[in-house]
Amino acid sequence: MAEERTPGFNTLAIHAGAKPDPATGARATPIYQTTSYVFDNAEHAASLFGLQAFGNIYTRIMNPTQAVLEERVAALEGGTAALAVASGHAAQAIVFHTLCQPGDEIIAAKKLYGGSINQMGHSFKSFGWNVVWADTDDLSTFEAAVSPRTKAIFIESIANPGGIVTDIAAISEIAKKAGVPLIVDNTLATPYLCRPFEHGADVVVHSLTKFMGGHGNSIGGIIVDGGTFNWSAEGRFPLLSEPRPEYHGIKLHETFGNFAFAIACRVLGLRDLGPAMAPFNAFLFLTGIETLPLRMQRHSDNALAVAEWLTQHDEVTWVSYAGLPGDRYHNLAKRYSPKGAGAVLTFGVRGGHEAGVKIVESVELFSHLANIGDTRSLIIHPSSTTHSQLTDDAKAASGAGPEVVRLSVGLEDVEDIIADLDQALKA
Amino acid sequence: MAGPVSQRTYSDAEISAILRSVRSIAVVGASLKDVRPSYFVVRYLTDKGYDVFPINPGHGGETVLGRKVYATLADVPEPIDMVDIFRGPEHVPGIVEEALALVPRPKVIWMQLGIRHDDAAARAEAAGLTVVMNRCPKIEYGRLSGEISWSGVNSRVLSSKKPVLRPGFQHRGLPGT
Repeated sequence: MAEERTPGFNTLAIHAGAKPDPATGARATPIYQTTSYVFDNAEHAASLFGLQAFGNIYTRIMNPTQAVLEERVAALEGGTAALAVASGHAAQAIVFHTLCQPGDEIIAAKKLYGGSINQMGHSFKSFGWNVVWADTDDLSTFEAAVSPRTKAIFIESIANPGGIVTDIAAISEIAKKAGVPLIVDNTLATPYLCRPFEHGADVVVHSLTKFMGGHGNSIGGIIVDGGTFNWSAEGRFPLLSEPRPEYHGIKLHETFGNFAFAIACRVLGLRDLGPAMAPFNAFLFLTGIETLPLRMQRHSDNALAVAEWLTQHDEVTWVSYAGLPGDRYHNLAKRYSPKGAGAVLTFGVRGGHEAGVKIVESVELFSHLANIGDTRSLIIHPSSTTHSQLTDDAKAASGAGPEVVRLSVGLEDVEDIIADLDQALKA
Repeated sequence: MAGPVSQRTYSDAEISAILRSVRSIAVVGASLKDVRPSYFVVRYLTDKGYDVFPINPGHGGETVLGRKVYATLADVPEPIDMVDIFRGPEHVPGIVEEALALVPRPKVIWMQLGIRHDDAAARAEAAGLTVVMNRCPKIEYGRLSGEISWSGVNSRVLSSKKPVLRPGFQHRGLPGT
C-alpha cells in the first residue's frame, strides 16, 4: 500500500486539529462560546465524568475551540497531547502542581524570564515546592542540585532576556539519570525554531501570548506532553501512578498511557485550580499560529540584521544575540535553533541605567512595554521594569543589569527598525 | 492486508478498514471493575455499536455493562469477528490457539497497547487472520473519528472532509462509514 506522508511544519501550522465543522461546514474553527455541553442521557454524562468516553463537559476543563489549539501545538512540537490554559504562568503552575508535593524540589535555570523567577522563587515556595537554582553555563551545577526530593528540571530553550541558548540534550541526560522529567519553556524559540522533544525534553510549556499568538492581543499558555516519561517507574509521581480518589480509583498513567500527563494536568490541575482559556483567545491563537513559520523566520532575519548593526554602534558596549557568529551561544544556536536565533536580543548601552531609560523613552516606532513576540517591535529596560523586583545581584545574574536594553524585533521593514534605534541612541 | 509480523506500524487506512470490517468483538481479560482500562474499552466499543463479548475466566456468567461475561472464547454462542487481547504477552499464544479453534474463525486478532507476541502473530497470520499488535482499539477509534481530539490529543489526522457524526451529541464515527 502507499506510504502515508508525514506533513511538513507549514502544513501542520494550518491544518493540525482543524477539520471543517460537521454541523455547519464552517472551515475556520468556530468560536464555541459556551460554558457547557448537553448530555445524551445520564449514562453518557456518567461516562464523560468518569473519563470513560471522550467529550466535552464544561469549558473550565475543555472546549472545542481550545481543543483545536491544543492538537495544533501538540502536532507542531511533536508531542502526544496538549492542554491550553489562561496564561504561561498558569501552565507552569499546573505542571508543577501535577509533579510536586510539599517538600519537593525543582531544579531551575537561574537565567529565566523574570516572572518565572518570581513565580518559582516566591509563590511556589508557599506551596512547599522549593526551587534550587542552577547555571546553564555550568552543567555540573544541575548535577550537584539533584536530590531525592527533586521532581523536575526546568529550563528555557532560549532564555529571556538575553539570547542564551540552553544545551537541552546535555541537561536531558542529567534529568534521565535523576529519574525526573525535563520541562522546557519553548516560548522564545517556538517549535518553528526549536523542537525540544527532539533533544530529550519530556514536557514543553509556552506562553502563547508571545510568538505563538504573535499579534500581542491575547494572554494564554499551553502544556505539551512529549509522551516519553515513565510516570509509574518509581512511584515518585503519585498523581499519575496511584489510584485517584477524585475519579473512583483510576490510575491516570495506566489508563491514558503516553498522553497521561496532559490528561492529569487537565482533569486534576485545570479542573481544580481553574485557569481556563477563553474560547475567543483560543481562536486568536489559532489564527496567529497559521502564519507562525513565516513570522518566526522574518523575526529572526530582522533581529539578526539589527544585532549586526548594533555591534557597529558607538553607543553600544555589547550585543547578546546567539545569531551573531561571534556570540558565545552561537554554536548552541546552530545546533538547537538552526533557522535563526529568534526575535529577542539584549544590548548594553554606554551610560548605564540612565542611558537605558533614555532610549526606551526616545523611541518612536518601538513600543515601550512589557511583552515580547508581537508583530510590532518592542523595547524595555528590564532593570527598571520586568526585573525591578530582583536584587542588584539577582538582576545581573539573570542578565538584567542596569545598562541592559531588551528588544523584541518586529516584522516592520528592518530599515525603519534600525532608523528608530539610531535616533533613540543619538537622542 | 497486514504486513509481516515485524511490522510495528499500521497505516490509518489499515486500522480504519479493520475497525469498519468487524461487528462483534471479544475482549479477553475484560475487567468488571469500572476503573480499569479494559472496562473502559468494553464500554467505549459497546457505545460505538459493536457487539462486545467480555471474556474473563473468573467471572463467567456474571454481567458487566449489561453484557454477559463468558469464561472462554469457546463459550460465546455467536460468531466473533475480532479477538481483542487484554492479557500479558505470555497468555497470547494460548488465546490465539483458542481463537483459531473457533467456528467460524475470527477475522482479526488484536493485541492491546503494550502487548506484542511475534510468534503468535505469525501463527494467526499463517491461518489467514489479520493481526494488530501494541494498539488500543478505543484510542484508534477515537483518533480516526476525531473524538480523541476533544481531549487535546494529537490524532495525527489531517482532513478537510466532514467528520462522520453518529446519533446523539458528541458521538463521531469512522470515516468511510
